[in-house]
Amino acid sequence: MATQHSRSAARLMMTPAVILLLGWMLVPLVMTLYFSFLDYRPLRGAFDCCVGFDNYVRFFTSSSFWPSVLTTLQMVGGVLAITVIGGIFLAMLLDQPIWGQGVVRILVIAPFFVMPTVSALVWKNMFMNPVNGLFAYLWKFFGLTPIDWLSELPLFSIIFIVSWQWLPFATLILLTAIQSLDGEQLEAAEMDGAGVVNRFVYIVLPHLARAITVVILIQTIFLLSIFAEVFVTTGGSFGTRTLTYLIYQRVIESQNIGLGSAGGIFAVILANIIAIFLMKIVGRNLDR
Amino acid sequence: MGQITLEKVTKSFSDVQVIPPLDLTIEDGEFAVFVGPSGCGKSTLLRLIAGLEDTSSGHIRIDGKDATDLPPAKRGLAMVFQSYALYPHMSVRKNIAFPMKMAGIAQDEQERRIQQAAAALNLTDYLDRRPGQLSGGQRQRVAIGRAIVREPDAFLFDEPLSNLDAALRVGMRLEISELHSRLKTTMIYVTHDQVEAMTMADKIVVLRAGHIEQVGSPLDLYRTPRNLFVAGFIGSPKMNFIEGEMAGRHGAHTIGVRPEHIDVAEGKGEWSGVVGVAEHLGSDTFFHIHQTGLAETITVRAPGEVSFRHGDTIHLTPRPDQIHRFDDKGLRLE
Amino acid sequence: MARAVSTRKRAIYTVIAWTIGLLIFFPILWIFLTSFKTEADAIADPPLFFFFDWTTENYGIVQERSNYLRFLYNSIIISVGSTILGLLIAVPAAWSMAFVPGKRTKDILLWMLSTKMLPAVGVLYPIVLIARSLNIYDTYVLLIGVLTLINLPIIVWMLYTYFKEIPVDILEAARMDGASLRNEILYVLTPMALPGIASTMLLNIILAWNEAFWTLTLTTVDAAPLTAFIASYSSPEGLFYAKLSAASTMAIAPILVMGWFSQKQLVRGLTFGAVK
Repeated sequence: MATQHSRSAARLMMTPAVILLLGWMLVPLVMTLYFSFLDYRPLRGAFDCCVGFDNYVRFFTSSSFWPSVLTTLQMVGGVLAITVIGGIFLAMLLDQPIWGQGVVRILVIAPFFVMPTVSALVWKNMFMNPVNGLFAYLWKFFGLTPIDWLSELPLFSIIFIVSWQWLPFATLILLTAIQSLDGEQLEAAEMDGAGVVNRFVYIVLPHLARAITVVILIQTIFLLSIFAEVFVTTGGSFGTRTLTYLIYQRVIESQNIGLGSAGGIFAVILANIIAIFLMKIVGRNLDR
Repeated sequence: MGQITLEKVTKSFSDVQVIPPLDLTIEDGEFAVFVGPSGCGKSTLLRLIAGLEDTSSGHIRIDGKDATDLPPAKRGLAMVFQSYALYPHMSVRKNIAFPMKMAGIAQDEQERRIQQAAAALNLTDYLDRRPGQLSGGQRQRVAIGRAIVREPDAFLFDEPLSNLDAALRVGMRLEISELHSRLKTTMIYVTHDQVEAMTMADKIVVLRAGHIEQVGSPLDLYRTPRNLFVAGFIGSPKMNFIEGEMAGRHGAHTIGVRPEHIDVAEGKGEWSGVVGVAEHLGSDTFFHIHQTGLAETITVRAPGEVSFRHGDTIHLTPRPDQIHRFDDKGLRLE
Repeated sequence: MARAVSTRKRAIYTVIAWTIGLLIFFPILWIFLTSFKTEADAIADPPLFFFFDWTTENYGIVQERSNYLRFLYNSIIISVGSTILGLLIAVPAAWSMAFVPGKRTKDILLWMLSTKMLPAVGVLYPIVLIARSLNIYDTYVLLIGVLTLINLPIIVWMLYTYFKEIPVDILEAARMDGASLRNEILYVLTPMALPGIASTMLLNIILAWNEAFWTLTLTTVDAAPLTAFIASYSSPEGLFYAKLSAASTMAIAPILVMGWFSQKQLVRGLTFGAVK
């Protein structure tokens, strides 16, 4: 398959994709890096070269930085916990013999296809609204005082909405992984005297380990840049300002490009650390 | 016409040379078989001839014309792959027509050749099926059909029978041999099975680690193997090798005797031993004999039914004119 | 786990699974139902489930007031356009990597994937700046370009995993049969990889359709797709549930249907082949 002719054809055919992605990666990144060392605030006409690490220092020492990191971690961690645990449970349930399995599968997957802006808006208004929301009716029905979800429990509410969107993803991937588990292995374990719990802990969970890792890494990458859900529901208020949203505000709303760019570089570094782990797993898979 | 000549051809993958400089000529109309253990470079050699791999140096000539740098499509060769490599999304008819379509042959001529090939290969009833609906043997025939309609200068076969079961393999072996005697086109056939090589070839090329160990007709190789490797590789069961004192007596470092060239007797013989396993095939009986003091096991092939059993003492006499002698480098002594 | 399970056990599992499935699906069902209510019925206490005066007036109002069709048109242009452009760039690249792998192929694949992980917000301003200076802010060109680039790694990866499953032998057979590179890709590779190409296409249209960072930040009016259309319902129109529901149904219905069709291929696409 590898003659000189086909090799040069291959190189030629790969070039457009490589060049485009290289440009997409490098050009904006270099610009961001450059801006991060400037005092650049277009609205005030400020464009001072070379303020050194001032922007970084200001970004890290600002009163909103650590809360935003904490919020991000809580949000990512919360969603991961809910979706992974819920996903394992749902995947195992869907793997059982049930009537209408295909239909249930479709029902469970559906939220993943819902546009993030739609899901945020609908949850916010039609479910979490303290007056007319469906939850408010439910609470009243049980004689409780309705909760104003997005101002009283804003972070939890957003975690809940995002989890609803990502639970299908986790379920689908874990279900695929569970279905590849060799039934004879479980039967052998049963013959060896392993009970339901032991079978889960010693056979099922190790088998799922790789899929769980993949779910965690991929979700983390998407969740770190969660935007629409915050944008639509709280606009970053009530302590729901994530790192992504903070940077967005600095760049777009306050038009402080230098400061926002410093934050952007930080976000890039953070994402890269996670990406390295994901790459290792995916890369190992390539060798097989 | 299809004379194929390799001149000082080499092939390296990165730093590893898999084919050292190699010269070989396959005459027009010849059925040449490349045989050798796996990893001996026989498939690589075939792919070099096909043009699916570049040669690192040297020249390949087809009918005297330099084809070294020609792409596979321009070499006028057809190939049958081990996996058959049929196009799964096309019917049998379209599969067979594909090379003619690529060559721009007229529709009615295409149809004529398809019908001809289908008739010759017993595929007429299957022309509208997809490869997935065919048995292994039928797929093999489609692959051959796809090769013959091009009317190539030479056919290349890459272990075409290894995915078939034993019974089918014998049948297809005959079909390919018949095809060759009918078309009289050059064929190059790669296999690791020495039985296929012996039964089909006009010329066998024995390869080891990219080197040609010997080239010759099946019987040449059987009668006068040039070295220990060829002697051991050609013939089944394998030739017995004896070293030490007994070899010295024949003026050699190693002597070799084929199992079928040893006579057995109850009472007396040149050598003696104890029967280990006796395999009764009906037509022949194979004895694996231990404690001969010559080699760990001596294999003997006795014609017909011979009733020695496990543990019996047996006497052996090699036919003196059938003893092959080799020197300490493993080369044949005349 | 192909074992005989008692009917009773099966019934229990069925009930639990359906209950959870319906709970998860409920918000979508609720949007759909509410979109056919009058505004008064939509906020009725207690909530109305099936017995209300079904009306389709909301759909008409939404279209009239916010010009739904215009946003739908933009969404289609942008998601389909970026997917097709992406495929045109990715098919040759994936062919190369799957069938003529070199020493660096693996590194290139992983590097492509890593560009996908670049946080958008980190490069937001440069992109806005470039767009403005090229005068393409809020145009199809910009949106299609950006979405093609962010989804290109996924397209290449998915195609790569599909191409990998096609035996090299068959392509070599085509070459022996006299096919040029173009004919080899056209007559042999593409038809064989068609199911894979189709699901790659489907998944990418979905991802592009739902993309909500770049579509919100790089558009204002002209090229704004459905994500922006919905965001505009944030307030105060968001309190008109029936209209919000009608708008939402219109925004998600096309993609929901496509998603259901592509669910089998989804796992592979979203995990870059790490889970099959």
